[in-house]
Amino acid sequence: MPQQLIKDRTVVDDRWTLLRDVTSEPIPPGPIIVSLPVWKARRDELAARGDVGVWLAAADDPAELAADTATLPLIAVDFPQFTDGRGYSIGRLLRERYGFAGELRAIGDVQRDQLYYLAQCGFNAFAIRADHSAGDALAGLAAFSDGYQLTNARTPWFRRRAEPGATDVR
Amino acid sequence: MLFYRSVMYRYDSFDQRLVDERVAQYRDQTRRYLAGDLTEDDFRPLRLQNGLYIQKYAPMLRISIPYGLLSTLQLRTLARIGRKYDRSYGHFTTRQNIQFNWPKLEDVPDILAELAAVEMHAIQTSGNCIRNITSDHFAGVAGDEVADPRPYSELVRQWAALHPEFAYLPRKFKIAITAATTDRTALLVHDIGLQIVRNDAGEIGFRVIVGGGMGRTPIIGHVIREFLPRAEILNYLDAILRVYNRYGRRDNKYKARVKILVKDRTPEVFARDVEEEWSHQRGGPATVPDEEIERLAAHFPAPSYDVLAGDDPTYKSELADNRAFSNWAKRNVHSHKVAGYAIVTLSLKKTGVPPGDVTSDQMDAIADLADHYSFGELRVSHEQNLIFADVRQADLFALWTELKALGVATPNIGLLTNIVCCPGGDFCSLANAKSIPIAEAIQRRFDDLDYLHDIGELDLNISGCMNACGHHHVGHIGILGVDKNGAEWYQVSIGGSQGNDAALGKVIGPSFAAHQMPDVISRLIDTYIDNRHEDEAFVDTVHRIGIEPFKERVYAAAAH
Repeated sequence: MPQQLIKDRTVVDDRWTLLRDVTSEPIPPGPIIVSLPVWKARRDELAARGDVGVWLAAADDPAELAADTATLPLIAVDFPQFTDGRGYSIGRLLRERYGFAGELRAIGDVQRDQLYYLAQCGFNAFAIRADHSAGDALAGLAAFSDGYQLTNARTPWFRRRAEPGATDVR
Repeated sequence: MLFYRSVMYRYDSFDQRLVDERVAQYRDQTRRYLAGDLTEDDFRPLRLQNGLYIQKYAPMLRISIPYGLLSTLQLRTLARIGRKYDRSYGHFTTRQNIQFNWPKLEDVPDILAELAAVEMHAIQTSGNCIRNITSDHFAGVAGDEVADPRPYSELVRQWAALHPEFAYLPRKFKIAITAATTDRTALLVHDIGLQIVRNDAGEIGFRVIVGGGMGRTPIIGHVIREFLPRAEILNYLDAILRVYNRYGRRDNKYKARVKILVKDRTPEVFARDVEEEWSHQRGGPATVPDEEIERLAAHFPAPSYDVLAGDDPTYKSELADNRAFSNWAKRNVHSHKVAGYAIVTLSLKKTGVPPGDVTSDQMDAIADLADHYSFGELRVSHEQNLIFADVRQADLFALWTELKALGVATPNIGLLTNIVCCPGGDFCSLANAKSIPIAEAIQRRFDDLDYLHDIGELDLNISGCMNACGHHHVGHIGILGVDKNGAEWYQVSIGGSQGNDAALGKVIGPSFAAHQMPDVISRLIDTYIDNRHEDEAFVDTVHRIGIEPFKERVYAAAAH
């Protein structure tokens, strides 16, 4: 079964190939996502292609891509288990500190019940775990209508609550 | 029923909607689990973050009581939930929460909906996330406060609730807040302790303590910042949590708490990492405007106190006339910042009742009393007792009479029989040993009230396992259940203390069988009585003469 992808709140076909291998020698043509070690070793060659994205492991430092965020079309962050929350901080750092505006994709153990929080942390694409339906998982993006905190997607509620029509506070 | 102006945080439509959406989300997750669409492994972290454990005999549901504050409407709801879904009682915990030990997994969404209707929830009461914020159970009424901590506790509660970045931390994360000069929150044994202080300019801020904790590796927290301006609190918390979320160990759950990260990096390096992270967020959108703090503060007005001249003369004569009443007042009544008022602690430590347990009928009766005597509000203390924060001195005798009838007037606050105790092996699947029967055996041994009062201030804490839910490390006497070849044994430590001069107890030696425990405690007390100076508390004697004399006496006798 092909990987099911949600991108920008829609189920789409995934045109990218994920190269999990961290040392791969021949890199196939076409849109491809390589590991950070591969990217670092062959950066000039791969950057010239324009169809190469990079995936970060949970322990990787997103600062290593600081110089590439303006040009990379896609960055993926791996969640080895959905309970490993390091990727949430990586997502926010990529968006907010390193200015990445391209596709930010969650890969690995990505399920419906994590999508709302992931989206708040800057992710706009979700490779849903193969045994779940991406169509069903879409509902997870709408689990909450809002929240208190500053996130990548909103300012804190206390900054907005005084705005006209913000809420029918009783 | 009497109605008062609210003196605690009330939800607005925004708060209510989030809690309602959480109930709907969990209802759907439960449905998918029962339908087989979510595996046990995938469902477990989700149910934990909604307070549901699967325990030894049944599920256990832990309900959040933010910084220990409860309205009588909420307490009556808990009573009703106890009757409808459980066995008509609940257990107050050392994190100021309440647990029900026998709900059905299928019923939990309905229970959460009933809680939401009275502005309560079970969000993040378990799991590897930011847990219930705890605070001083005398908040707003103690005389030793720099400021009222409740608006700050609510601010931090809102920040912690459903925080998208920090739902899947390496391990659980506990935050306590106090504004008092006498710490009543065990601040120094929390992942983060926030002490509200004023700087030389008179501005309010936080002294930030990180990396304390109990459990397998007990550590006293380190101050990483002496003064953080209050407006920066959420930026700084985000920075601490981000450092922890990224770098805390995830390979070994016993080394995953932030205390281990702080220890491994050293507090200095950890502080530097946090400050670096904070430098990116400082002054940003999460900086808290004064108006927001004022808005939250307006939720906690002083109740409509009567203007009273000073100490009530009738109360004074009742104290002189009735020894039982004066014994109770001495232990269970604390002074109030408003003239003519008092703070009353209801003891949930009656001999023969598991510490912290309250029946549904008692909850209803206590709610009636709180409506009548204390403005319809009460608090849960981390010592698992209940507090009426605003009682007129003139009403104390009548209240005492009613509390006695309810079995919650045992005059033992601060004394040996006010045992802090986890549910232990009777309920908890993590426990190595039972803790409740040990508490009861010790309470039975020390049932002579005069003797108990003569022994004086003594915190006795019991945990059924290393997770230290009974806070045994900071008990003046701490008891830890251990497993030896499948049998239940008990390790004893002495000299621990909570509060401003928090210390970790020292283990006195090899562990004991359950039946030895009352004798062991007796010998510790005898050693203290023989060695104490006038007005010297047990823990001070231990610190002065060391553990050796205690150890010798206990083990010399055990050898016979």
